[in-house]
Amino acid sequence: MLKIDDLHATVADKPILKGLTLALNPGEIHAIMGPNGAGKSTLAYTLGGRPGYEVTGGTATLDGADLLDMEPHERAAAGLFLGFQYPVEIPGVSNLQFLRESLNSQKRARGEKELNGGEFIRLAKEKAALLGLDMEMLKRPVNVGFSGGEKKRAEMVQMGILDPKLAILDETDSGLDIDALKVVGAGINAIMRKSDKAVLLITHYQRLLDYVKPDFVHVLAGGRIVKSGGAELALELEREGYAEVVAA
Amino acid sequence: MNALALPTRKDEDWRYSDVEAVASIWPTPAPTRIDVAAGEAARHHLLQDAADGAAAVHDYVITIADGARCDFHVLNIGGKLGRVTFHVTIGSHAHFELNGAILGGGDQTLEIITSVTHAKPDSTSGQTIRSILGGRATGSYLGSINVARDAQRTDAFQSVKAMLLDRTATANAKPELEIFADDVKCAHGATVGELDKAALFYMASRGMDPATAKTLLLRSFVAGVFDDVADDAVRQALEAAAIAKLEALV
Repeated sequence: MLKIDDLHATVADKPILKGLTLALNPGEIHAIMGPNGAGKSTLAYTLGGRPGYEVTGGTATLDGADLLDMEPHERAAAGLFLGFQYPVEIPGVSNLQFLRESLNSQKRARGEKELNGGEFIRLAKEKAALLGLDMEMLKRPVNVGFSGGEKKRAEMVQMGILDPKLAILDETDSGLDIDALKVVGAGINAIMRKSDKAVLLITHYQRLLDYVKPDFVHVLAGGRIVKSGGAELALELEREGYAEVVAA
Repeated sequence: MNALALPTRKDEDWRYSDVEAVASIWPTPAPTRIDVAAGEAARHHLLQDAADGAAAVHDYVITIADGARCDFHVLNIGGKLGRVTFHVTIGSHAHFELNGAILGGGDQTLEIITSVTHAKPDSTSGQTIRSILGGRATGSYLGSINVARDAQRTDAFQSVKAMLLDRTATANAKPELEIFADDVKCAHGATVGELDKAALFYMASRGMDPATAKTLLLRSFVAGVFDDVADDAVRQALEAAAIAKLEALV
């Protein structure tokens, strides 16, 4: 589904990704772990197409389509969802308005029928209930006044409504207490653990992986994948630290 | 000053204006007079939507008697030059409220000029102006608040925010205070900004196409300006004209 080959990227002319290669098949959940500054967030933003993240070499395709050649909104329409470590606040735009415009933009781009107001509200209610988010929250401006946990829950509701093929979740576990972590983990499983979907979890800690069990774990260091393994690798990292595992 | 003399850019009120465009319609029509009698409440609005290339000047002279109030909503979007001016005199325990939006593109020059005089004690005024400017457009708000010597306990505010869509567009915001009383509250704030790039990327990452995302952010920027228009039909007309103009700008 996602194929990244020898990806190089710079931020403000500084090389961050230095030949990263990774492949995800449908039905798989991969976790990328790594020390601070390894390039974890850069990988997420580069795949999402954030301005300022410049690809200087390599390829990335989503179901065979060249991801790097698409505008950010086209990547979303192609099935990519990027979960933000720090979800952005948008005063004056309600979550419902934001999500309906987003979903219908995607549907227009794919030549599908747009949802009308009633259909959209039903979908939003269903997904909000799944994540235990009060519908009233969705009437409020995007992320404005939300706690850290509420922002991440709202992101998962967005993911549920937009129903992507591939989710890249950047430090979705940061700022969550244990209860919120459980809810978010259950949400990821309910929405994304399907034979035709895949997830790339980017995380610093192993604790989210207690709730979302990865099929593969990769260690990112110095802009490249330096080690790959199964779920047990995350536990090893937690126990021994990155330096030990990377050196071994 | 000879009222019939064509203004030049040396005149303070015309400093940022398009004096060539105004020459084509000079002399401009006499001001519209609005007198709000003691204890009355008046509501007025103006949708300035002159044809492309035209010049339009609307001058208002408003007198608000003791205990009265006047609410004015203005949407300034049309013509090569669109200029709306207000000379307001407020009595005791009286209030003037101006809510305005300036939306311009191309080579438009759009202006709102106000001179609000608090002539007597215990009067209040509020002015909220939101401008969105693209292309080589110029949008200006020049607003002076004058508080007379015995107009104690005057409470006045000016809130002016402008959003530039292109580096070639210009926003001028010049709130001015002239205060001769000593027990007075006058607040003013002016900001000029651009669309929030982080918000635009967040919206794009959810699939929203750039034009939809920009329009949504711009709508939220001017939202509220027409919220308290009492007449539903008027409010809807102003909002529809504003949205149509925004969609043409992005």
